[in-house]
Amino acid sequence: MLYLPLIPLAPFVGFLLNGSFGRRLPKAVVSGIALVAPLISFVIVLHAALLVWSSSLTLPVIEQNAPSWISVGALHVDFGSVLDQLSLVMLLVVTGVGFIIHIYSVGYMHEDQGYWRYFAYLNLFLFFMTVLVQAGNALMMFVGWEGVGLASYLLIGFWFQKDSAANAGKKAFIVNRIGDFGFLIGLFLLLANFGTLTFTEIAARLEANPAMTGGILTAIALCLFVGATGKSAQLPLYVWLPDAMEGPTPVSALIHAATMVTAGVYMVARTHFIFDRSPLALSVVAIVGAATALFAATIGLVQTDIKRVLAYSTVSQLGYMFLGCGVAAYSAAIFHLMTHAFFKALLFLAAGSVIHAVGGEQDMRRMGGLRTKIPVTFWTMTMAVLAISGFPFMSAFFSKDAILAAAFASGSLGKVLWFVGLVTAALTAFYMFRLWYLTFFGETRNHDVHPHESPWSMLGPLVILALLSVGGGWIGAGRFGAFLSPSLGVRTEEAAGSSEYLLMVLAVAAGALGWYIAHRMYNRPSTADGLAATTPAGYDLLANKYYVDEIYGSAIVKPLLAFSKYFLEWIVDVAILGGLAWLLAGIASLGGAILQRWQSGNLRSYAAWLALGAAILLVFVLAPYVFGASGIGLNLTGH
Amino acid sequence: MNSLHMVSHEVPLAWYLLLSAVLFCLGVVGFLIKRNLITVFMSIELMLNAVNLSFVTFAHQWHQVKGQIFVFFVMMVAAAEAAVGLAIIIAVFRARATLAVDRIDLMKL
Amino acid sequence: MDSSILTLILLLPLAGAVLAALLPDRGKLAAWLALITTLATFGLTLHLPAHFDASQSGFQFAVNRQWIENPAIYYHVGVDGLSLWLVVLVGLLGPVGVLASWNSITHRRKVFYSLFLIQQTAMYGVFISLDLMLYYGFWELSLVPMAILIAMYGRREGQRAATKFFLFTFIPSAPLLVAILYLYARTGTFNFSELRILIASGSLPSGALFWIALAFLFAFAVKVPVFPLHGWLADTFGEAPVAMAMVVAGKLGLYSMLRFHVGLFPVQAHAIAPILIALAVIGILYGACLALVQRDFWRFLAFAALSHLSLITLGVYGFTFTGWSGATYQILNNELIDAALFVLLGALEIRYATSQIAAYGGIANRIPRLATIFVVASLAMIGLPLLNGFVGEFLILSSTFAGVSHGWAIVATLGEILSAAYMLWLVQRIFYGQESRMAAAAPASDLQVGEQLVLWPLAVLMLVMGVSPNLWLRTIETAPKPLQLQQARSATPVGQPDAIPVTNTGEVQR
Repeated sequence: MLYLPLIPLAPFVGFLLNGSFGRRLPKAVVSGIALVAPLISFVIVLHAALLVWSSSLTLPVIEQNAPSWISVGALHVDFGSVLDQLSLVMLLVVTGVGFIIHIYSVGYMHEDQGYWRYFAYLNLFLFFMTVLVQAGNALMMFVGWEGVGLASYLLIGFWFQKDSAANAGKKAFIVNRIGDFGFLIGLFLLLANFGTLTFTEIAARLEANPAMTGGILTAIALCLFVGATGKSAQLPLYVWLPDAMEGPTPVSALIHAATMVTAGVYMVARTHFIFDRSPLALSVVAIVGAATALFAATIGLVQTDIKRVLAYSTVSQLGYMFLGCGVAAYSAAIFHLMTHAFFKALLFLAAGSVIHAVGGEQDMRRMGGLRTKIPVTFWTMTMAVLAISGFPFMSAFFSKDAILAAAFASGSLGKVLWFVGLVTAALTAFYMFRLWYLTFFGETRNHDVHPHESPWSMLGPLVILALLSVGGGWIGAGRFGAFLSPSLGVRTEEAAGSSEYLLMVLAVAAGALGWYIAHRMYNRPSTADGLAATTPAGYDLLANKYYVDEIYGSAIVKPLLAFSKYFLEWIVDVAILGGLAWLLAGIASLGGAILQRWQSGNLRSYAAWLALGAAILLVFVLAPYVFGASGIGLNLTGH
Repeated sequence: MNSLHMVSHEVPLAWYLLLSAVLFCLGVVGFLIKRNLITVFMSIELMLNAVNLSFVTFAHQWHQVKGQIFVFFVMMVAAAEAAVGLAIIIAVFRARATLAVDRIDLMKL
Repeated sequence: MDSSILTLILLLPLAGAVLAALLPDRGKLAAWLALITTLATFGLTLHLPAHFDASQSGFQFAVNRQWIENPAIYYHVGVDGLSLWLVVLVGLLGPVGVLASWNSITHRRKVFYSLFLIQQTAMYGVFISLDLMLYYGFWELSLVPMAILIAMYGRREGQRAATKFFLFTFIPSAPLLVAILYLYARTGTFNFSELRILIASGSLPSGALFWIALAFLFAFAVKVPVFPLHGWLADTFGEAPVAMAMVVAGKLGLYSMLRFHVGLFPVQAHAIAPILIALAVIGILYGACLALVQRDFWRFLAFAALSHLSLITLGVYGFTFTGWSGATYQILNNELIDAALFVLLGALEIRYATSQIAAYGGIANRIPRLATIFVVASLAMIGLPLLNGFVGEFLILSSTFAGVSHGWAIVATLGEILSAAYMLWLVQRIFYGQESRMAAAAPASDLQVGEQLVLWPLAVLMLVMGVSPNLWLRTIETAPKPLQLQQARSATPVGQPDAIPVTNTGEVQR
């Protein structure tokens, strides 16, 4: 028995319990409920994985006779779920890393008043994320898609008394909604052209129709990709992710690094059979991914808040994943998704540990010299920094390499994108080591705080994730791809032989270069940010994130509000429509006012009108007799 | 005994009708022009009586008693109306201390 | 039981109203009476879905007795898939309205609750009448208690708002009456089913039918409201007591559109549909944009409601099966969500005595339960999947996309982004952030028992209706489709093996 429905249901029950009763329960019980739920999910997934590994279970497992959700006319959507290689890998990541982060949160959020609320939301998130991953049709996926957006909104704005947090949550939801708009159009297109939203049916129909390429499929793919840019923070809808750092750090780790933001990548992989038929869409995906990777990396170079650096790093790494998808190297993208989940979650959790150690400070310029004071945090974070920089034989080394190699092998556009990826790798190493040096090395710049190591509930997860960051890639891209190929299609991804090794060497060299420059600039006691000194204008541009938020504000938000208020409300609603109504009423009143003068109260005028009326009536009655006409038909004579 | 016979000139019917019409017009004009409420009232009575005259005339002409009976109805209504109307006039005078028709205009909108 | 249930449902509130009028105006006596009456009626309405036979088309629980001989007005009532759940909805909103007014109506309760109950009867009558004259009588009746109560209980400009409401909705009913009388003069019957057949058979001149259909449409469009006839909505929401405002907009007009415009005059409705589709899409965006810049939360709700009702109008005039079912379902969803929001905002107003959004801020900590339910209702309103709003929205938008035009559907879907924007803006402005001066000065209590009694069931319903819509869609689907337009398009394209067989929408032969 696989108990697959329990995977989302356990966290949902956890949400209900903690949400309804958590306020009154003791912390231990709340933690217990909150930890048992993801544990159940993880155990079930692990069990399924073991069965697959021992070949007792063949994938895919498609749920038969799933209960119907909406059934009207020709539209039939059910709650169907699917377990194949892709979703199994994703579920392992989601529930595994999710569980680890739940444990971490117990320590991190211990002092917080909204402890029960936090875990309720976290469980809710896990529920929706597992629904998304397990979805057998696009509408169910959309349920999970929007649902994780909701959980994200609730968790980013967790400390809702802070205006900045509430704003960030709202921004995240709305920007996500813009992406969802694209997703919805994609759904409509799918429904209109295939009559169904079930992935297996659409894939089957496409297979039966090998000539179908481009055109409608490009439109569908691009619309779905718009949704992905929203959820996975790519250009131009990435702006919510850095602000999302207002939420508690474990939230940033789980949702905005490891799982939710990777939903877009997962979705593209899941619907690869559509993207495969549209080279144009794939190119768009690859270009956007590479551009985002570079763009975000440049911003990350100069950020001073430790979490912001990591946020931009996440955007950048997601770009890598989309680059992988765009060159049809889906399994490489998913491989990187997995390794990224390990090291990015680790980075965030370690950053949380650092922040916890220095009493809430997040500005790296006020850190320094923490290496000796918080050793476990230091060593685990070092593993993560090495991993993300592509240090040989660590997890990201294999995954990043797989993507870059696939890009290089994909035509001339691919080579350009490969180069962009290479530069980004160098930048990545640079800013990560910058962070490393600023935080852990040099003199202690903040003497008010006495840094202390975090409790083991927080350190334990760090260690586990560090081990995964180091060893998580040893399965190798080739075998990983082979495992996933039944669900992702067979692909020849790697470039042949020697050029692959050359690319690998180049990638490592880029990382080393980034490290070296950071080492030169930051491994010294001085506090000044080296980059600021060299190009102040460029620095400002980057520090202000290219003013993108300001541009969006003045190009979209403010004009919309001004248009709504001044034109729509004042002119159309009040002046025109209100004016028309007022006009009609005015005509009626005017008519009334005029007629009113007749009622003067003056007896004589009434009498005069009476007499006049009687006279006129008399004329009418007598006229025929006077003028000899046929008359009004009244028989007056009585004869 | 010829001297005893009165010459039975019939007053021509038209003259009665003419008289009726003239009286009626006098009544209307009085109703419209007069300022004093009691005079207005008298004009109304004049109109009613003018009509009575014409009823009687036609009754005589057509040798029907219906007209004369109708005169009774009219006289009855006139009497009732006079009673009520005079009561109203007294009330109006008590309230407004005037019987000038123009000054009793509280019913204006 | 079957044949008298509808009459019972109709008359019970009326009896309650008479009783309330006779009783002395002491304390909460009238309120209790109203509560018992509305609960009893609601219970009766539940009998309908329980015994509805989904396999039968046509009207059930019908009664058809001659009432007046000349002109021939019959007491003809009945429900079908379209009106069944609407009747239950009215039943549900009865006790909800009474409980919502429990603490906010403090003077002249007798008048309020009698008129409230009369309004209930009028609404039931509109939904179940199958005789055009009878329907018209109830339609007009539904205006009167509303206008009176707005004038009596208005917050600042009650009388002006009442006049505006009354004139806006009353004036178009004059041509409606003329149209109904013309139909009677030409056909000799007020019976809905007979008229349907007669009009479809082409025995009436098409020129006259155009004007008649237009008259019908005009009266209904004002009641929904459809942009640009929405001028009465904002003032009414701002001045009417909560219990009345929650029933005034939407369902009567939309039902009438489906039943008496599209139902009686499908050809004319189909011809004018493009205009209405355009107006609906404009309404969606217009309402959303205006909601973003309101300062008073009642007016905010009015424009948000305009936006969502326009979406339903889009579903009605899209002329697709899925769209009609989606629109009918969405009427239920929308009314529920609006009712919840009305109660919540009303609760805020009771506690803080203001409806100015700027005065609020950061009160989530003090009134967490209210905040929670408010967020749930807001999420339902913006169409979060697994809550009820999403189902109707998805059905309407997807059917518009496939069956009407890609362009209009895409523009209409933009409303999804804007609705998230304005609802979350409101939530944040009222509940999150720093505590505002007013909020700190007037510490308020969380939801009372009466309010919770109303709100939790509504919230649960929102979830249930979002997760198992088939329970309702099953019966809604059986609603009769217009006679000539068997060729209305389904939501899936021609040629797909699982599509409903469609033919071309050719000109209807006479």
